[in-house]
Amino acid sequence: MSARPTTNVLLTGVGGQGVVLASYVLSQVAMSEGYDVKQSEVHGMAQRGGSVTSHFRFGDKVWSPLVAPGTADLLMAFEALEGLRYVNWLKPGGVLVYNTQRINPSPVSAGLATYPADIDALIRAAWPNVKCVNANALAAQAGTAKAANVAMLGAISPTLPFALDTWEAVIRRAVPPKTVDVNLEAFRLGAASASAPATECKTR
Amino acid sequence: MGSKTETETMDAVQILSGNEAIARGAWEAGVKLAAAYPGTPSTEILETLAEYEDVYCEWSPNEKVAMEVGTGASMAGARTLVCMKHVGLNVAADPFFSSSYVGLEAGMVVVSADDPGMHSSQDEQDNRNYAKFARVPLLEPSDSGEAKEFTVAAYDLSERFDTPVLLRTTTRTSHSKSIVALGGRQSPKPVTTLVRDPVKYLMMPANATTRHPLVEQRVVDLAEYAETCPFNRVEMGDPRVGIITSGAIYGYCREAVPDASFLKLGMTFPLPKRLITEFRSKVERLYVVEELDPFLEEAIRLMGIEIDGGKELNTLLGELNARLVAASLSKAGVPGVNEDLLRPLSPEIPDLPGRPPTFCPGCSHRGLFVVLKKLRVFVSGDIGCYTMGSLPPYNAMHCSTCMGASISMTHGMAKVLEPPAGGAKPDLRNKVVGVIGDSTFFHSGITSLMNVAYNGGKTLTIIVDNSTTAMTGGQDNPGSGKTLLGEPSATVDIPALCRALGIDRVTTIDPYDLEEVERVLREELAADEASVVIAKAPCVLQFKVRKPVYRVDPELCNGDKRCLQAGCGALNLYIDADGKRKVEIDPADCAGCGVCSQLCKEKAIARAVQPEGKGS
Repeated sequence: MSARPTTNVLLTGVGGQGVVLASYVLSQVAMSEGYDVKQSEVHGMAQRGGSVTSHFRFGDKVWSPLVAPGTADLLMAFEALEGLRYVNWLKPGGVLVYNTQRINPSPVSAGLATYPADIDALIRAAWPNVKCVNANALAAQAGTAKAANVAMLGAISPTLPFALDTWEAVIRRAVPPKTVDVNLEAFRLGAASASAPATECKTR
Repeated sequence: MGSKTETETMDAVQILSGNEAIARGAWEAGVKLAAAYPGTPSTEILETLAEYEDVYCEWSPNEKVAMEVGTGASMAGARTLVCMKHVGLNVAADPFFSSSYVGLEAGMVVVSADDPGMHSSQDEQDNRNYAKFARVPLLEPSDSGEAKEFTVAAYDLSERFDTPVLLRTTTRTSHSKSIVALGGRQSPKPVTTLVRDPVKYLMMPANATTRHPLVEQRVVDLAEYAETCPFNRVEMGDPRVGIITSGAIYGYCREAVPDASFLKLGMTFPLPKRLITEFRSKVERLYVVEELDPFLEEAIRLMGIEIDGGKELNTLLGELNARLVAASLSKAGVPGVNEDLLRPLSPEIPDLPGRPPTFCPGCSHRGLFVVLKKLRVFVSGDIGCYTMGSLPPYNAMHCSTCMGASISMTHGMAKVLEPPAGGAKPDLRNKVVGVIGDSTFFHSGITSLMNVAYNGGKTLTIIVDNSTTAMTGGQDNPGSGKTLLGEPSATVDIPALCRALGIDRVTTIDPYDLEEVERVLREELAADEASVVIAKAPCVLQFKVRKPVYRVDPELCNGDKRCLQAGCGALNLYIDADGKRKVEIDPADCAGCGVCSQLCKEKAIARAVQPEGKGS
């Protein structure tokens, strides 16, 4: 078997969006499929409504726990502004998948700054290889908007080399028992949206 | 408690964070007692270890106490673990240095979790220096697998050389996850009698004088051990480039110059001189790559070993990463640097609004800082969530240095501040108020308050008591009524404690009632003696406090943004269909605290008639 190079995934979002759980699922899926895995995130101050990033890397042998700027194969943004903020962490040809959700940063809520009105256009102008997904709507359709993070995993699942069975087995273990069905449905809806024809991205 | 032992020993490998791996290593090594004070990035070590069976774990009120508890237990003959963040070791330095002199009967490992880049800290000191300073061996794991392996081995090292071992992580080893092979638990020795050996364990001058030569001989012996320590290994690649490195930086170097030769040091004090000399002789050019201080570099240069590049190639500041390492080595002309890490970043990112952390919706600190801003007093703050009172829109904290300093610094300021000229009424802008949280007060504010009372201070201290250690994720403390192991406990009576220290004016207020907060603070600021105000309300995040939500009546809202002075994430400014500025409240975020409604002069914000829950 030829050596499998390290794949770099950067997850970005806002505290409370389930970025950490999504990273956990990714790590477990990759380990289940026999890869070496490293994953890194920052706790503490960052949790209080601030930006959250999580680094996830897998391959035959992963050395550093951090994705280096300019090397990400996939940028998975749980919030549109947090997608644009990190877009140059992608390597040439890398993919940005972002959730068309707007969460106002505290300076915007307080009227001290403005959220870019044309965020979708800015993202599209900044990066050629972009997919958007309305993960909150898909999750709500599955049963609860809280599963938006799992819908995001579904949406990026076709870009990673993991088997559907592995994803489902890990999600079953990772989420609260009562929410397994809703989360699996959110994952399927996310995956289906990825193969559907591109729709206009409209963050709100 | 104890769930870990049954469920998790089943799997041969697991993905663990560095902190979880250290806890696992301590459990496997047969640790009987562990003590810590919470502090990012170290907190999860003890939280994880407390889930294992057969280990007594406690949150001590501060790191000094934790270190002394650990020293006592290891002197008694039990393997012990003591954990803290880097600045915690400053607090614990006194017993740490003494524990180096006295040694122990059973292994003791001290974890210092450093925070390069200051993700959640007030400084980025390099605690490797403490190992040299206190003359104890230093281990630096690179990932979770090593974190577990080094922890287990550290206990043997500790007992073999009669010394505490400093295990130093950084945020990137503590909070990164990787695959760890699990092992079983060694049986702890029973502790039945105490060894009475005052010459070894009682550090009066006559005895300490006999210990110091043994400590220095121990460093010599440890340096000899370091030559064959399995954690120091040479990985020969391209002989043109040799890199000496340690910790997480090893991973960055492996990616920056994949084909180079490496001397990967797991034990970084004392250093193996012969091994380094031999490595030097095998490579054309030698580089030392490390984060923060030139700790390895200076020691290697002092050995008389020539190196071709060290700290001058990178930075004393912040975190390194593979890209920074690649850039610095490429600039030095090192061949074989990974081109992917040298590409300029593109595109340019436009100026975007930042997303700083903020008080949670419903947080009990919000009302207090709204009032402190209005009063325009000088606020001497402390370490905790409430330090965010320094951020917009409050801007109501003006200094904060280290745990417990708020009260003592306030005292120092007040002692030198000149009274207003000509007997004029004092301006509140020239009044100093100390603000400290409950856990920080227990940690190191009590002695400061005692000092205020004893030395005739007249300052106002506000203790924001939310009954938990909130910033680090809600750990119990001596005011919580519960221990780390979930046992009910004695609870500190803060008002009674303040009175016992000699403070006669002690008032407890509801921080959500802005009128009451302002009235009491004005009264206490006018008092001609020391006073304490306790702003008491539970942490809404930790205790999941939710009251019926508020809503804005758009007919009454005049868009004057007074409510936004609350700085609450549940409030949102928008432009309505008629182009008028209005504020709305997201019912999913609102915790029903009512601070915004008290700020609204138009009475446009009221509790929703039908409580709107958080969806499903």
